[in-house]
Amino acid sequence: MALLQTVDLKRYFGETRAVDNVSLSIEEREFVSLVGPNGAGKTSLINVITAHLTAESGKVLFRGQDITHASVTERVRAGIARSFQIVNLFDDLSAFDNVALAIFSREGKTARLGALAHLDQAVTAEADGVLGQFGLAAKRHDSARDLAQGERKLLDVALAYALRPKLLFLDEPTSGVSTRDKGQIMDTIASVVRGEGITAVIVEHDMDVVFKYSDRIVVMAQGAIIAQGTPDQIRSNEQVAMTLLGTSGPDAFTRKD
Amino acid sequence: MDILAIQVLNSIFYAAVLFLIAAGLSLIYGVMRIVNLAHGTFYALGAYVSAWAVGAVFGAAATGGLALAGQLLILPVGALAIAAVGALIEPTLLRPLYRRPEEYVLLITFGLLMILEDVMKLVFGGTPLSAGSIMDRMGSIPVGRLLYPTYNLVVIAVGIIAAAGLWWFIYRTRFGVILRATSQDRRMASALGLNVGRVYVQAFAIGCFMAGLGGAVIVPAQAAVLGMGIDALILAFVVIVIGGLGSLEGALVGALIVSSVRTAGVQFFAEIELAVLYLIAAAVLLIRPTGLFGRA
Amino acid sequence: MPAASTGPSLPLVLAGALPIVAVLALLPGVVDLYQTELLIYGLTFAIAALGFNLLLGYTGLLSFGHSAYFGMGAYTVAFIVRDLHVQSMELCILGALTGTLVISALFGYVCVRHTRIFFGILTLALSQVLWSLAFKFFWVTGGTDGIRVARTGITLLGGLVDFKGSGSYQRFVYSYYYYVLALFIVATALMWVIVHSPFGKALQAIRDNEVRAAFVGIRVRRYRWIAFVISGLFTGLAGALWVPLNGLTTPDILYWPFSGEIVFMTVLGGFRTFTGPIVGAIAFNYLKVYAVASSHYWQLVLGLVLVFLVLALPQGIIGTLARAAARLRRR
Repeated sequence: MALLQTVDLKRYFGETRAVDNVSLSIEEREFVSLVGPNGAGKTSLINVITAHLTAESGKVLFRGQDITHASVTERVRAGIARSFQIVNLFDDLSAFDNVALAIFSREGKTARLGALAHLDQAVTAEADGVLGQFGLAAKRHDSARDLAQGERKLLDVALAYALRPKLLFLDEPTSGVSTRDKGQIMDTIASVVRGEGITAVIVEHDMDVVFKYSDRIVVMAQGAIIAQGTPDQIRSNEQVAMTLLGTSGPDAFTRKD
Repeated sequence: MDILAIQVLNSIFYAAVLFLIAAGLSLIYGVMRIVNLAHGTFYALGAYVSAWAVGAVFGAAATGGLALAGQLLILPVGALAIAAVGALIEPTLLRPLYRRPEEYVLLITFGLLMILEDVMKLVFGGTPLSAGSIMDRMGSIPVGRLLYPTYNLVVIAVGIIAAAGLWWFIYRTRFGVILRATSQDRRMASALGLNVGRVYVQAFAIGCFMAGLGGAVIVPAQAAVLGMGIDALILAFVVIVIGGLGSLEGALVGALIVSSVRTAGVQFFAEIELAVLYLIAAAVLLIRPTGLFGRA
Repeated sequence: MPAASTGPSLPLVLAGALPIVAVLALLPGVVDLYQTELLIYGLTFAIAALGFNLLLGYTGLLSFGHSAYFGMGAYTVAFIVRDLHVQSMELCILGALTGTLVISALFGYVCVRHTRIFFGILTLALSQVLWSLAFKFFWVTGGTDGIRVARTGITLLGGLVDFKGSGSYQRFVYSYYYYVLALFIVATALMWVIVHSPFGKALQAIRDNEVRAAFVGIRVRRYRWIAFVISGLFTGLAGALWVPLNGLTTPDILYWPFSGEIVFMTVLGGFRTFTGPIVGAIAFNYLKVYAVASSHYWQLVLGLVLVFLVLALPQGIIGTLARAAARLRRR
């Protein structure tokens, strides 16, 4: 049974077909890259799957359960988490507090009014652990607003990761980051994700990154999936090269420098 | 039957005034994404200034058709004065706060509300100020076997003209296009060379003008009293909740609904007609949060 | 090596709080009766502002209708004393809290479905409903005359302390001062724990980014509602404590300018800090007494000060001091 399955998922904005009859399957422990030109519907698809947007028709099944009408928090509790393309953090809280909050929420401890948050050893230790895994340990007391852009992107992912999800959606985790930092960020993310066997779907534009890390690549254009397969299959797929790069041929995806 | 006709006319009359206030509020929000808590107070100020201007210029002694025409022309003075006040306030008090969280704009307009309420008390005193001589002089028109003040019909006409005028202005003129562009995407408008600052102050002034005009037209029928501002503010908000924020049609329809409920309420369940209105507003917010015509 | 703590150090907090408590406890011995009485007012407003700021500073919701809960607390006590002939202040407080609980739960349910502007206006409108009810049903509420609550009819500590007989006014002021001070300390400690709890962190997350808060699994609307109710309860307690001191409750306490005063106090002290609202409330109390005494148009004065605060000193008194201290520390 696939971990996640969408069946004929549709979401239109008037004339625009943001998500056009998308049927997608994600297996456990897969590292899937979702690629496509701007406006292809990648973020919209994630938004519909995570309930940030409602689907007009179609179904979303998670571990066999129909979650099409579940709320955002219900899906989070079921084990789906996501990061955001435009960084979405709790800016006035420290990096530590950001992560700790996700853990408190996961543990159901946010309902506690009578206990002091910073005295919870278990959560403190785990939050520090997560910050360490993402290389943010030194910044634990800095407020999220004061972090560098690359660090903010990592924190955004760390927040989603701290929920210990079964399925993690990462929306352009390296966008807006300098090329030098990109590799570092992706390495961090990939090692954490692979190390723990988390199923991940990542939206990415950098094809080098995509080919390097993915088990499977799903190519979207104009709201629909036009191709999917292993990196090798996609590399040699002419239609995909045409859509993404405007040229085709055996060397289309090779960097010429 | 005649009584019904009178009540209907009253509803429309009151709706005209509510529309002026609510449309101004909605316009400001639509373009600038801010809410001016002192908007109702501007309405009150418009009423006071107009009543004062009419009384000061003509006095009770003036007679004749010419005097009446003069008085009617003076009424909009209140509206223009408020527009001027708005044009002063936006660049000095509001503009420094646009980058900050929106609580600050609410707080400063609340401070403005407190200042203006007391300024009105200071300048005009506690006694109601009326321009009732206009209404008396215009006489009444028979409606069936009853008489209805002609002035009220003038106000209804003003309301209709204002609605049509505003619609034409926003959708048919170049400035209206600029207004709509700025409201949809401020940065883009700026990048295209539009002077956003100027658009903002103009939009704010127009919104304040509408509130002042509402005060100006109501004061011959209803004297200006302290506290009318807050009541108007809350009613304007009920109109906007029902009609939808940022929508002209919404302000019109909302004004008609609120006015009708209030007129019926005063007839049948006075004392709690306001509570009934608030409950309707709460119900609308629960069922259809964006209002009838509002954008999401 | 254990990493540095992520929260306030309890010994440090106590070290800061105890001297202040000591000063407050010794004050009546040093100042005159009138000043003591003024301070009681200040402390009750501080409790109200503390409650209000849970919504504003910590949850990001600006309410313009908190007079509703203060007034509910005050009027409930007045009803209990007048109609149920209860004398125990403790029972009165319990009754006031119950009444406020109902009203804030109800109003909160409607209001938290909306944010920003609509939230503010809804809170204002609902408090006006309460005001108009108090005003119009005058045969129940005493209308503009209000309801008197004489201190001679009140007992503290379950009847141990009463205020009948000669010299009772002086006794009342001193006993009531310590009573209110004790409750103020309890309320402050309670609020301190709440804002530093996981729940408090969740509220701050909602304030900072409600979308992300939902995506982290927090039920935003429900938490806002709980914060609203807690906020209302604190303010209702303040109202309940205020009325025996004032001797009278009138619809003025439900009218929108009083909501404005609560907002003002909190902004004056600094709504992004914990102690700001307390300092702001006490300072405001003195400011208002001075303004009312010197001018009939004190609302104008307050409005001007608020405008000045927003433009020049948005952090408020405590916030600005904290900023300055942080800058000194960095040098």
